[in-house]
Amino acid sequence: MSQDGHENREVSDERLMSCFRGMLRIRLAEERIGRLVESREVRTPCHLSIGQEAVAVGVCSSLRSDDTVWGGHRSHGHYLAKGGDLNAMMAEIFGKATGCSGGRGGSMHLAAPAQGIFGTVPLVAATIPLAVGAALAAKLRGIDQVAAAFFGDGATDEGHFHESLNLAALNRLPVLFVCENNGYSTHLALQERRLKDNIVDSAELHGLHGCGVDGNDVQAVYAAAADAVQRMRAGGGPALLECRTYRWCGHVGPAQDLDVGKHRQQELQEWMQRDPIARVRERLTSRGLGQDVIEGLYRQATEEIDVAVEFARTSPAPDESDLLQHVSVARRGI
Amino acid sequence: MRALTYAQAIREAHAQLMAEDPRVFLIGQGVRNPWYAGTSLQDLDKEFGCDRVIDSPVAENATTGAAVGAAIMGMRPIVFHPRMDFMLLAMDPIVNQAANWSYLFAGRVSVPLVIRAVINRGGEQGAQHSQALQALFAHVPGLKVVMPATPYDAKGLLVAAVNDGNPVLYIDDRWLYEKQGDVPDSLYGVPLGKAAVRRSGRHVTVVATSCMVHEALQAADTLATRGIEAEVIDLRTIKPWDRDVVFSSIGKTGRMVVADAAWMSGGVAADIAATVAGELFHALTAPIIRVCLPDAPAPTATSLEQAYYVNANDIVVAVEKTMR
Repeated sequence: MSQDGHENREVSDERLMSCFRGMLRIRLAEERIGRLVESREVRTPCHLSIGQEAVAVGVCSSLRSDDTVWGGHRSHGHYLAKGGDLNAMMAEIFGKATGCSGGRGGSMHLAAPAQGIFGTVPLVAATIPLAVGAALAAKLRGIDQVAAAFFGDGATDEGHFHESLNLAALNRLPVLFVCENNGYSTHLALQERRLKDNIVDSAELHGLHGCGVDGNDVQAVYAAAADAVQRMRAGGGPALLECRTYRWCGHVGPAQDLDVGKHRQQELQEWMQRDPIARVRERLTSRGLGQDVIEGLYRQATEEIDVAVEFARTSPAPDESDLLQHVSVARRGI
Repeated sequence: MRALTYAQAIREAHAQLMAEDPRVFLIGQGVRNPWYAGTSLQDLDKEFGCDRVIDSPVAENATTGAAVGAAIMGMRPIVFHPRMDFMLLAMDPIVNQAANWSYLFAGRVSVPLVIRAVINRGGEQGAQHSQALQALFAHVPGLKVVMPATPYDAKGLLVAAVNDGNPVLYIDDRWLYEKQGDVPDSLYGVPLGKAAVRRSGRHVTVVATSCMVHEALQAADTLATRGIEAEVIDLRTIKPWDRDVVFSSIGKTGRMVVADAAWMSGGVAADIAATVAGELFHALTAPIIRVCLPDAPAPTATSLEQAYYVNANDIVVAVEKTMR
C-alpha cells in the first residue's frame, strides 16, 4: 500500500474501502431488484449491471460532485456510484410519486440533478452526444467540469458514437467516453457484430486519448479514469476508456440467459471467477481488513436496501391528475 | 421602425440574443458560410467568435445531441439545419430526447433548445433538399413548432423560442428571405401559440402557414374583385396552434380553407380541419378544403415543380368551391 500520493498507480486503503462499499451496495441493491422482478412486484423493465460494478464505481470515484454522468438503460450502478439517492431510485422502479423521476421513468430513466445526473435513457448511444453537449457547456462557461458518458459495446455500433468522438475531439471537449464492454448487445455477442475486437482503437482514429482496462478491477478503472480526468481538466481534450467486463444477468431481468450465444455458459463461469467485488474484498483482506468489518458492511448495505424497498412500497402512486403535467416546463426568461 | 428583409430579421434576432445572453450560442453546418444560410447568419462568427458560432461537421446526431446536452446544462443553444431534410438524421436527439426529457424526469430537468430548420423548396432541388416536414414534428408531444411568415415574426418568434425554456422547432422558408417588412430594432418576442389575422373578411376563413400566408393574401385580393371577402389567418405557431383565433373567425365566416405547403395526408392542415370539424361542425356552412402538396416527393424538372407547388390560384379555386 502506497501512501506517497501516487494514487493513480496504487489506490489508498481509504479509497479502496470506499469503492468496496459502493460496489457492494450496487450489487446487493440489484440482487434485491432482481428478486422483486421475479416476484412481479416490480414490473418495469430492469437491466441489471451485476458483474460490472467496478466500472461505475471506479469511474465515478475519479469525478467531482459537480461533474456529470450520462448513462443508458443499465444505469442503477452509475446513479448510485455518483451519489443518487437509493430511496428515490427504488421508488422510481416501483413507479411511485416519490421516485427520482416522479414515477414517469422507471428503472431506465433515472435523474439526480444535484448529483450531476441529468437523465438516463434506453435509446442506445443516445446520451453520448448529450455528454458532449454538457462538456461544450462547461467549455463555453469557462469552468473545468467534466462529463462522463457510460455506454455498452452495443452503442459503439451506432453513428452517435463516432460522430460524438469526432465532435468532442475537434473541439477538445472534456468528455470521458466510458465503454462498458460486457460482450453483448442484447443477445448478440461482440464477435457477431464486429469483424474486429478493437473498440478502443476508435480513440486513435478520431484523435483522442484511448485506454483499455480490465473493467473488473476497480483499482485499474479508477487509475485510468483519474488519469484521463486530470488530463481533461488541464485542457487535454476527451478520452475513451474501454473497460472489459461481463454481464452476469441477461439483457433485461435477473435471468442469466444461458441460451444466448453458444459460449455463454462457459464464459459466464470464467467471468464469475473474476468477480470484481471478490477481488476488492481479497485485496482489502490481504491488507488486514477483518472479516467482522466486511460482514458489517454487508449488513449495513442490506439494511439500507430494506429501508429503500419499504419506502418505495409505502410511497403513494402518482395521481392520475398529474398525467399531462411536465410535457413542457413553464416559460422562463424574457 | 425600419424595413428589413426576412433573412436580416433572423440575423438581427441572433445577434441581439447573443449580445444579451451569454448562454445563447449557435451550432450547425454552414453557420459561418452564406452559402448555407444566406444573409440570415452573416458575419455572426466575426461578431461573436468561433467558440459561440460553431460550424459543425456533417454529424447531425452529434451536433443536435450536443445542443440538447448543453441545453440540459442550462445553455440556450440554437442548432441550425440548413436543409431540413438532413435534420432527419437527428430524429433521435430531437424526438426521443429533447421532446421527452421534461416529462420523463417530471420537470426536474428541461431542454431550452431551439432547432432552426430551413425549407429550400423549388429551384429544381428535388426530393431531398426541399421538404416541409412540420407535421412530423408537430405530432410529437413536448415539441413546439413555429413558422414565421413575415420579417417581424421571423425576429420575434426566434426571440420567444430561445426564451421559452422548451425545445422549439423554428422553421423558416428560403422563399421568404428577401421579403421586406417593418422590424423594430428592440429585442421583442412574438408569443408562441398566437395566430395573427392578416386581413379581415366575412365570407371565408383562410388559415395559412409560412409562405402560404402570402399566397393567401394575394388570393384574397383576387377574391375581393369577385365580391368575396376572405379573412386570412397567419398561424405563426403550428404546435400548439391558436384555436381561439381560428374558431372565432369560423364563427363569423362559417367556411374554412387551410393552406399549408406540405403534404396533405396526416398534415398540419388535416389536424386543423379535423379539430374544426369535430368541435365547430354546427358553425360550418360548407365543407373544409385543404390546399396542400400532392402526396408525392418533390420533382426536379421546373415544369413538374410548377404543377407540384400550390399557390394563390389554388387558394382562389378552393375558396370558390366552398362558396358554391
